[in-house]
Amino acid sequence: MSTLKEIAACLERGEDQRVHELTAEAVAAGLAATEILDDGLLAGMAVVGERFRKHEVFLPDVLLAARAMYAGLDLLEPLLKAEQAPRRGKVVLGTVRGDQHDIGKNLVGIMLEGAGYEVIDLGIDVTPEAFVDAAEKEGAAVIGLSALLTTTMGVMGEVTGLLRERGLEGQVRTLIGGAPVTADFARQIGADAFGYDAGDSVIQVQALMEETAC
Amino acid sequence: MLSRLAAGETILGDGGWGTMLMAHGLQPGECPEMLNLERPELLAEIAELYLEAGADFITTNTFGGSPLKLEHAGLAERCAELNRRGVEIVRQVVRGRALVAASVGPCGRLLKPYGDCDPEVVAAGFARQIAALAEAGADLLVIETMTDATEAELALATTKNEAPGLPVVATMTFDATPRGFFTIMGVTVKEAAGRLADAGADIVGSNCGHGIGPMIEIARDFRACTGLPVAIQANAGLPENRDGHLVWPEDPETWVDGAAGLRDLGVGLIGGCCGTTPGHIRALRRRLDT
Repeated sequence: MSTLKEIAACLERGEDQRVHELTAEAVAAGLAATEILDDGLLAGMAVVGERFRKHEVFLPDVLLAARAMYAGLDLLEPLLKAEQAPRRGKVVLGTVRGDQHDIGKNLVGIMLEGAGYEVIDLGIDVTPEAFVDAAEKEGAAVIGLSALLTTTMGVMGEVTGLLRERGLEGQVRTLIGGAPVTADFARQIGADAFGYDAGDSVIQVQALMEETAC
Repeated sequence: MLSRLAAGETILGDGGWGTMLMAHGLQPGECPEMLNLERPELLAEIAELYLEAGADFITTNTFGGSPLKLEHAGLAERCAELNRRGVEIVRQVVRGRALVAASVGPCGRLLKPYGDCDPEVVAAGFARQIAALAEAGADLLVIETMTDATEAELALATTKNEAPGLPVVATMTFDATPRGFFTIMGVTVKEAAGRLADAGADIVGSNCGHGIGPMIEIARDFRACTGLPVAIQANAGLPENRDGHLVWPEDPETWVDGAAGLRDLGVGLIGGCCGTTPGHIRALRRRLDT
């Protein structure tokens, strides 16, 4: 098996130490960082993401795979910067004000990074202003909003409201998700997309990026 | 309560607490357990409404009372006090007319290896919470909204240590997927029923979730894979935004049609979760009594 295929296979099984070693080997063998990223780490993560989307694997498997991905990515990041590898676009991500739940949000971040997007993760308990400010500053095309609580999902509507207020509607698109959130709720608050789960969120971001690019 | 269940009686729980507190001004991000100290009269009022509605047990406002969870609000040190007050408030209202069900929710941290939390730390947190709840005079413990079976097992093992003899209900929260029902951690109904029973739960089942429809299927699955009494506490659907307000779509009439059907499936303990109100419980009481 080629080193890159082995990286992908080990990543799928969540073997972080092995992924770290193999990534170091691949770098030492002179492979380009982008190649290791795309055909090793991201290829493995794509398999895990797809199996997660089909409910064949679950959150623990994805978290273990993600840890393995980062074990390799940590080595590659300085090299990627040196190679100036193009990323697919920027997404600002966070859990809304008043909500401290970050499992789902982190999962979406992992999947987006796994799909090649640059993720600016603002963390938990993020105010609407912080979301919009970060999107403007970073030139992000999409803001991803997460809420687990029925008590906090209303804050998502404040973000879409603030984008309208600042004339950024259509320019910065919004994706919302979280246990109590539905597609209907997204329509009701004027969000651009609803991510049913982390895998679906990546598909939604891809669609939003394509729309914005046109 | 266990003997009543064994005699074939259906035990009626109460409805949602978090959503009732929201309707009474609880703000996003506020620690709900702090109300046990700051607004005991509001909690007593809600407990009174559920008691009048005919609930056989009233739940305490201690869902997020694990010190690991309270840490978010800087309240970990007040774990014992907050949990004790939670029980006392309900006890003073019911005065023996209903049971006091002490709520224990997830600690909010992920266990190793997929998370960063040692099982010993999670168990120690539950021990502090559960000891306080039992000492304050809870009649039963409700370990609820669990998605990780290992965390539920830790809470159950802790209960056996800290409060031996206290009846304990353990319920998990499932999502409907095209492949069936799973918790976000990948636990099936069958696995949940087995592991919760092995860890010492007296009653097993499900709470929260997507509304009464899916819950009926979950109830059927539980009944098929356990001989223990089954508990089902369903949401009134998933919330919708109507004119800036969150509304739970299943009104008492809609919800109670499904909830009453749970009895026919042999579910022993039926109650509500998010979005259900004293109105839902009153309607269900009426239906169960006729």
